[in-house]
Amino acid sequence: MAAIKATLNRLDAKGSPYLYVLPFFLLFGIFGLFPLIYTGYVSFNDWNLLDGGAHEWVGLANYREMLHDSYFWNSLGNTLSIWVLSTVPQLLAALWIAHLLNHKLRARTSLRMGVLLPNITSIVAVTIVFTQLFGRDFGMINWLLGLVGVGPIDWQADTWSSHLAISTIVMWRWTGYNALIYLASMQAIPHDLYEAAELDGASTTQQFWKITVPQLRPTIIFTTVISTIGGLQIMAEPLLFAGTSTPTGGSDRQFQTIALFMYEQGFREFRFGYASAIAWTLCLIIAVFAIANFLLTRRIAKDEE
Amino acid sequence: MRVNRSVRVIAAAMTAAVAMTACGSGDGGDSGSDKVTLSVSLFGNFGYEELYKQYEQAHPNIKIQERTADYNAHHRDLATHLATNAGAADIEAVDTGFIAQMREVGNQFTDLGTDRAAEYLPWKWQASLTKDGKQIGYGTDVGGLAICYRRDLFQQAGLPADRDQVSAAWASGWDKYIELGQQFTKKAPKGTAFFDGGGALYNAVIGQAPVGFYNTDNSIVVSSNPEVRKAWDLVVKAIQANLSAKLIESSPEWNNGFAKGQFATIACPAWMMAKIKDQSKAFAGKWDVAAVPGGGGNWGGSYLTVPKQGKHVAEAKALAAWLTAPEQQSKVFTTQGLLPSIPSLYDKPEVGALKDPFFNNAPVGKIFTTAAKELKPQYQGPRAGDIQTTIRDGLVRVEQGKQSSDQSWTQTVSDVERLAK
Repeated sequence: MAAIKATLNRLDAKGSPYLYVLPFFLLFGIFGLFPLIYTGYVSFNDWNLLDGGAHEWVGLANYREMLHDSYFWNSLGNTLSIWVLSTVPQLLAALWIAHLLNHKLRARTSLRMGVLLPNITSIVAVTIVFTQLFGRDFGMINWLLGLVGVGPIDWQADTWSSHLAISTIVMWRWTGYNALIYLASMQAIPHDLYEAAELDGASTTQQFWKITVPQLRPTIIFTTVISTIGGLQIMAEPLLFAGTSTPTGGSDRQFQTIALFMYEQGFREFRFGYASAIAWTLCLIIAVFAIANFLLTRRIAKDEE
Repeated sequence: MRVNRSVRVIAAAMTAAVAMTACGSGDGGDSGSDKVTLSVSLFGNFGYEELYKQYEQAHPNIKIQERTADYNAHHRDLATHLATNAGAADIEAVDTGFIAQMREVGNQFTDLGTDRAAEYLPWKWQASLTKDGKQIGYGTDVGGLAICYRRDLFQQAGLPADRDQVSAAWASGWDKYIELGQQFTKKAPKGTAFFDGGGALYNAVIGQAPVGFYNTDNSIVVSSNPEVRKAWDLVVKAIQANLSAKLIESSPEWNNGFAKGQFATIACPAWMMAKIKDQSKAFAGKWDVAAVPGGGGNWGGSYLTVPKQGKHVAEAKALAAWLTAPEQQSKVFTTQGLLPSIPSLYDKPEVGALKDPFFNNAPVGKIFTTAAKELKPQYQGPRAGDIQTTIRDGLVRVEQGKQSSDQSWTQTVSDVERLAK
């Protein structure tokens, strides 16, 4: 009897943790792994969505075509440009905001909650509002520029201006979110480090760079990787920024991102196989960037130490 | 993270939706009364609100739900629903620009039969007929063509504002329209252009050609049909004369443009009148309608289809037939100005003699039925809607000063060739 009980106990201790994490892996298998593999399979086919899924195995033809497709490279360039323009200032600003919020302030909690507000608003609503702000004829930003004597800018027309506008939307939404993550991490930094630094006569700026940033290393790596994954997948903002829900990203594809290009090929051209090849390539690019990011930020943070 | 988030939200919403449909089918809808809910998916304003109420009163077991999206999103959604065999509404509207694409996958739609063939304009009936003779859609309206214009702005610019004079001024063709535009621009109020945007003007001009983007064998002739390039050159000329407000049709800025009086004329198929009324309320009575330069043409017009995947195909078919029946088409014309596709209505007084106070009591009935009678039907191929968008983008590049007309044309032709792949 006791032996059975002991066995059960042992089973419970060894087995039940696996049972606890099982739901995640089940869900991941269904909603993550299966689509990933299936998309891979589709990408080797010439597959027209509208023909009721009629398809033909073509091997690497979709990938070959993609490498010679100037619109693919165009969308890749746009994605990288928007990613850099939004992620770098966003994370720096988040760090700075978190640093400010970490001080003793009046109404501290509401201020801290306040920075999260942009994040909980609907992405569609935000983009529509910003598209109005960046309007060519009656937008507020052009009006403000007019006050200081700068002529109106057709924000959608040019590559640089459309990228800047889209990056602004991304930054507005995600800076506060990252700031809160930094803030949470900052509060875990032992206070005696700062006290010791103060005794040694270090300024606030010095404390920030010599204590806060190195201590935040894992968090900075985390937010950089997460922002990179999000930034490379950006789609809703450029789609809505065009105003007419055409997935070409402007008259000359000047703000068509990879995700948008994939969407265009899949759901306007109904070239399911080609779109899947783009999806897989995007996945690989993100993986490469995430790893490169991880290595790079780890080195930078180490240098700071 | 961003997309992850939205994907998660969508996933949650879809799970909820699936759960709800599951419940719905579980107990067979409202079990007591056996109510059937029919969903109708449209783009823009079809003017059906009142008709639904009437139909629901006559059919107590039917409840109608309408959902609308914008033009491109609506058709893309429909195609996706057909491809995945799930999610389409019981009745789906399809525009002229997309009807050929749907016709190619005609087996996805309920065959509506040939009972009503004799009622319709022959070309309208043909356009939604599959190769093997199945009818996939009941025609709702046809576009027809006219020019809507702001008489007050014409007056301010010192032009004749009376509709007969205006019609006469450009009766000989679009070149005269451009000339009048140049006169207008000289004295026009600041911030007012002559027309809304190159893309929309282009649709009207090409709508008058006997052959547009396609031959009847479904081959794309954009690069070889001289009419396509002729219309392009004409619009470019108008853009370069600085007559365009550079707005893209149906964009938020375009809607804004109505309210701010950014343009004085707009190529005006009958359905455009509903859009003008929606966006330009403050200028009621100041709009007017003149004949289109260069004779009749067509831009737009829609169909109601019944996808096979719907749960209540029989009920949906009955509703679609009723909504497009002569009596209802006539009502929609009087309330919303959508021109019927049933020619026997054209000589009825409530259609042919209709005047619209919003448009300064213009005889819209006469103008549009005349346009419809003069109309030379143009064959529409599978990707007509997307080709239209591609050409619009090309003209926008010219408007934005990014490319010369020739550069933009070259790119447009190669983009159209991509579509054909």
